[in-house]
Amino acid sequence: MKAKKKWYDYLWIFSLTYLILGFVNILFALLGMICFIAPLVISIGWGNKAYCNKFCGRGQLFSMLGGHFGLSRKKDMPKWMKSKYFRYGFLIFFFTMFFIMLWNTYLVFAGQRPLGQKIKLLWTFKVPWQWAYHGTIFSDGVAQFAFGFYSIMLTSTILGFLTMILFKPRSWCVYCPMGTMTQLICKAKHVTKSQTDAK
Amino acid sequence: MKRKAIVDTSMCAACGCCVKVCPMGAISVPHGVNAVIDETLCIGCGKCAKECPASIITLEEANHES
Ligand code: SF4
Ligand code: SF4
Ligand code: SF4
Repeated sequence: MKAKKKWYDYLWIFSLTYLILGFVNILFALLGMICFIAPLVISIGWGNKAYCNKFCGRGQLFSMLGGHFGLSRKKDMPKWMKSKYFRYGFLIFFFTMFFIMLWNTYLVFAGQRPLGQKIKLLWTFKVPWQWAYHGTIFSDGVAQFAFGFYSIMLTSTILGFLTMILFKPRSWCVYCPMGTMTQLICKAKHVTKSQTDAK
Repeated sequence: MKRKAIVDTSMCAACGCCVKVCPMGAISVPHGVNAVIDETLCIGCGKCAKECPASIITLEEANHES
């Protein structure tokens, strides 16, 4: 009784390719903006979570690796991890780090700091990444943004991978900042809509 | 007595993992707020409960006569 696969069930290929391309040429990291913009546009424009529910390739990747490939223990995640405190806290932390990254990018744009050809993993460990940098036709700032953005994507993939192994395949989805944010947007939209409808 | 899936909506992340595995298409995430299970379609197979990363779906005996 398996449901027929739709085209969007293959978007995990996009996510996987994306991760690989970051090792080849860091500028490909800019493509990851799609994974930030698409869910926002869908939640703000349509007021639903179709991105998570249908299109997100990362979720598909985890569910495949953890499910079909059996890389997940499939145990319940600890209670604190699915609590609103942790989910909202992680969202705030994640975006604080995101804005710090933007600030660093700005400094490179403004010429106050040289381009750092490094990937920062888990917001702590700096990993040399110069092999994936072959110069840029844009300004150094663009390259800096690519390094910073890829750091975020790789870091969240690592976290998601760890919790996939420890808990359920798509455990990441419980505390994924994009998922939490789009759900908040949907909730806010829904509340205001039902209020105006009630009037 | 039949078993039906129940979602603890207060903890739901609206990720839709449950939607993808339900063989009956009984689950939806209306307005992106939380998962909702259509009791008339649910056959109590438990696939959603197993899949839910937050483990907030439980199977409960539903009173059929009502
Ligand atoms: S919660 Fe995050 S990883 Fe999961 S489906 Fe949504 S955007 Fe993708
Ligand atoms: S118990 Fe089975 S039929 Fe019922 S909602 Fe869950 S997956 Fe669907
Ligand atoms: S899988 Fe669990 S957390 Fe995700 S939408 Fe379904 S009930 Fe909610």
